[in-house]
Amino acid sequence: MTSQPFRRLEGGLIDRDRPLTFRFDGSTFTGYAGDTLASALLANGVTLVGRSFKYHRRRGIVAAGVEEPNALATLREGNRQEPNLRATQVELFDGLTASSQNRWPSLDFDVGGINNILSRFLPAGFYYKTFMWPAGAWMFYERFIRAAAGLGKAPLLGDPDYYERRHAHCDVLVVGAGPAGLSAALAAGRSGARVILVDDNAALGGSLRGDTATINEVPALAWVDEVGGTLEALENVRILTRATAVGYYDQNLITVCERVADHLARPDPHQPRQRLWWVRAKRVVLATGAIERPLVFANNDLPGVMLASAVRTYQLQYAVKCGRRAVVFTNNDSAYSCVSALMGGGVPVSAVVDTRASGPGDAARKIVDSSGVECLFGHAVVGALGRQRVTSVEVMALADGGSRVTGRSRVIDCDLLCVSGGWNPTVHLFSQSQGKLRYDEGLTSFVPDASSQAESSAGAARGELGLDACLRGGIEAGAEAARLAGFTPTEDVEAARCDHVDEAPVEALWAVPLPARRHGKRFVDLQNDVTAEDVALADREGYQSVEHLKRYTTLGMGTDQGRTSNVNGLAILAGLRDSDIPSVGTTTFRPPFNPVTLGTITAREVGADLAPLRLSPMHDWHAGVGANFVTVGLWLRTQFYARPGEAMMEAINREVLAVRNAVGMVDVSTLGKIEIQGRDAAEFLERVYINRWTNLQVGRCRYGFMLREDGFILDDGTTTRVADNNFYMTTTTAQAGPVMAHLEYYAQTVWPELHVHLTSVTDQWAGMAIAGPRSREVLAAACEGGDVGDESLPFMGYLESRIAGVPVRLFRMTFSGEMAYEVHTPSDYGIRVWEALMAAGKDFAITPYGTEAMSVLRIEKGHVVGAELDGRTIPADFGFERMQKKDRDFIGKRSLERPALAYGPRKRFVGLISEDGRKIPRGAQLVWNPTAPKPVPMLGHVSSTCYSPNLGNYIALALLEDADGYQGKLLYASSPLTDSHVPVRVGHSVFIDPEGERARG
Amino acid sequence: MLLIECPWCGPRDDQDFTYGGEAHIARPERPEKLSDEQWGDYLFMRSNPKGTHLERWVCNGCRRWFNVCRDTVTDEITAVYRMGEKPPGAIKKAGRKS
Repeated sequence: MTSQPFRRLEGGLIDRDRPLTFRFDGSTFTGYAGDTLASALLANGVTLVGRSFKYHRRRGIVAAGVEEPNALATLREGNRQEPNLRATQVELFDGLTASSQNRWPSLDFDVGGINNILSRFLPAGFYYKTFMWPAGAWMFYERFIRAAAGLGKAPLLGDPDYYERRHAHCDVLVVGAGPAGLSAALAAGRSGARVILVDDNAALGGSLRGDTATINEVPALAWVDEVGGTLEALENVRILTRATAVGYYDQNLITVCERVADHLARPDPHQPRQRLWWVRAKRVVLATGAIERPLVFANNDLPGVMLASAVRTYQLQYAVKCGRRAVVFTNNDSAYSCVSALMGGGVPVSAVVDTRASGPGDAARKIVDSSGVECLFGHAVVGALGRQRVTSVEVMALADGGSRVTGRSRVIDCDLLCVSGGWNPTVHLFSQSQGKLRYDEGLTSFVPDASSQAESSAGAARGELGLDACLRGGIEAGAEAARLAGFTPTEDVEAARCDHVDEAPVEALWAVPLPARRHGKRFVDLQNDVTAEDVALADREGYQSVEHLKRYTTLGMGTDQGRTSNVNGLAILAGLRDSDIPSVGTTTFRPPFNPVTLGTITAREVGADLAPLRLSPMHDWHAGVGANFVTVGLWLRTQFYARPGEAMMEAINREVLAVRNAVGMVDVSTLGKIEIQGRDAAEFLERVYINRWTNLQVGRCRYGFMLREDGFILDDGTTTRVADNNFYMTTTTAQAGPVMAHLEYYAQTVWPELHVHLTSVTDQWAGMAIAGPRSREVLAAACEGGDVGDESLPFMGYLESRIAGVPVRLFRMTFSGEMAYEVHTPSDYGIRVWEALMAAGKDFAITPYGTEAMSVLRIEKGHVVGAELDGRTIPADFGFERMQKKDRDFIGKRSLERPALAYGPRKRFVGLISEDGRKIPRGAQLVWNPTAPKPVPMLGHVSSTCYSPNLGNYIALALLEDADGYQGKLLYASSPLTDSHVPVRVGHSVFIDPEGERARG
Repeated sequence: MLLIECPWCGPRDDQDFTYGGEAHIARPERPEKLSDEQWGDYLFMRSNPKGTHLERWVCNGCRRWFNVCRDTVTDEITAVYRMGEKPPGAIKKAGRKS
């Protein structure tokens, strides 16, 4: 094969001095710098680029930009493989590897093509119909449907590249750098406003890159370069190319996906592959242009049928001839510029078929008159003929306002059919901004109507298709945006000048009728394989709402989002229903406008950077002795300290027994800590806790429950009166944030008159608990601040002292049920104090323990944690009703008096012991008889479970209805998930030392 | 994704804030005097208007609560004011509660 046989020898914006080699489906081709994958394939005569979604029909390139429905390719290989990229948007680079999709074993011979022959068994909604009949059919079909459906395959390997997110603010954001966008950016930029101009192409110019027009008496591209240079020179203007605005959200937040390195084989070192910009703009100018509509006729999906504007772009921008002989089929004047581009580029045009009986306007007529191309006005292409690609087209005369075709058909040879069915303004972002669309009869398309946000549309995006209108509209929109953002537009910015072209109006022809007794698929949506007949079938079956039509037929779904198909589809539906297009309405355009890879959305928030990692001040010590860590919320905590050769359960049991029999130490730095200060601090606590606080003396601690206003427990914890107007509160690790937020809410919004100030000091204090019968001896040996005996530090007492030369706060409180102390010290001293206590405890065989042993100790003691305080429990459920103040209000008190909480039969707290020595399953339901007919009445549930080395058996804590009645009885802890049903004996929730003598010493 | 002006920290993305429900709902002085129905009304019932809504937000940066006047249809924020202040001039609270 000759290299690039369809490449013109001159012209275009490609760099012939920089040839690039690439592979497509295993074959090697060359292209030039400046090519897209699509233009390079066309230059090499590759017309078959994919198989269609459902029928596996041969498909070729249709468009030249973001609207391409067919040419989806998988790019790159291995861990950089990416599916479903539009070949028309992929910039060619040396060594690019691409492959076609949805075909097996090869593009040319595709087994799935059988679907095309079987297509009458695959009607619209086929997928849904398998759900309904016959029963069970879906179960059978699912495997095959899932295997056959879908386009590209998601990569299976980890992504080696990284992505960025960046926030930006500006006064005016201009989306699109075509004639309107450049003009708007210029007008806004000159006013001094901070302007961001984004465009999805590699270079500025938009439609002007494939245009022969002159602006200000120079070629359009020279004008683009001049304006680009002016904007570059303005410090208040930022230009982003290869950047697609994909989402328009509340209050003018626009997300822009910048493809930083996709045009390279791989990103440079330290370069992100893509960057997602979150741009917050005071004003937005949408200069997003318009997208050409195809025409709907039989076999309009054959390779070789292309949009006229695309053919023109390939011809002029890429110097690529899309075929050897063309026919142009149109209902408007714009396609005539394609005729001149083709003729000028050496592609003969056999005929122009124009549906309008009156033909085009003067300018267009001049083109065909001067070139002598045959024109068939009032005619339509009724079908494209050919197998691999178009070889000829069949043309007939239109009659009765386009509702039927008549006369003898004529076959015209060609291998390229350029079609134009009019233009749709690219209103996707406008629609996302909640702006209202209006159907414009003259344009036969939807245009922006009322804005909902601070934006305006300019140029073709608002339905002003002429170049002169775009240039003028852009200047006006840019100046107005700057003015509304608080800037004064300079007087000297004028719209660039160009010739006005008079055009005859477009004439709607939504689907070319099939000649009598003829069949043929007339595609409305190429990407989703939806035909005009499918739309009719959906209508007959009652799916008449446009939203139902979309879901039933998949019209307008997928990466395409109906760019080329939407208006044609709903116009056909309107025709079937004898109603007008505005009353049929349009479906909603949703972000993103163009697919965005997930990596770009997550940006740096992956792996270890997904969430912050919180470490205890003593973390390095734990790591140094080989602790096993566990993630608790954001914290990394020591789970247990296994000795060499020791299994997890052995380590935990050893740690538990060490605490019960001698002394252990655990890191509790993760507990939430809040300083509550101020004249009304005690009064504030009185209102947020269920128990009394004003009578707490300085130097004493108290345990309490905090409720939500609806009466359920928020958290439990201990608060210490450090000084008269200074309290030190500890919360559970998990609830530290919610408790702080709860307290702030009440202090600021409900009782702003109270003089109270809250400070989170969780990270400022390291905490460690030493527990066990010998804990006091360890503390006494370590403390430099005097006596720690019962006199100076009684149960629930507080003392300030020194250890290892640094200040510590000592609290005598217990979680394990043993005699225990908490030692808090400023975080930076954490390791110093921890090591000093370990050294002091050496003679007493002090054992560091982790969260597992801590949990066993507290379950043995019947202490509650988050598993019990799960937002559904009240103090009385745990026997704490007497803690509640009767004589005054507190948060949640009134709710506790509601009948459901005050009198309702409620589950209460009990302990369970395994009857047969088997493990009690986590989350098990308590039932009388697990084998009884379902549904088995559920009497309660297991909240916490563990093995107790002190009891030598599995135990659990549970919430159980009629708890008193079931005392001593046998129930089953039943877990259908693990199919384990363990007999358990119901008992008291405190397994060890119910009198609490150990803690008091 | 709202842009909210914290009275202390300035305009920030809504990720920096936490929503706190309808504003200007005073906690009853004497809850024990209320019937279950009245208490339930305070606890659970909110006006949920279409249009102007006065609501509380807290800034996760400075931890201060404040009031926001937001249109629930357009998400437009027309006023931001501190706790204890009344909504500026023309803004009237929709719904039935005071």
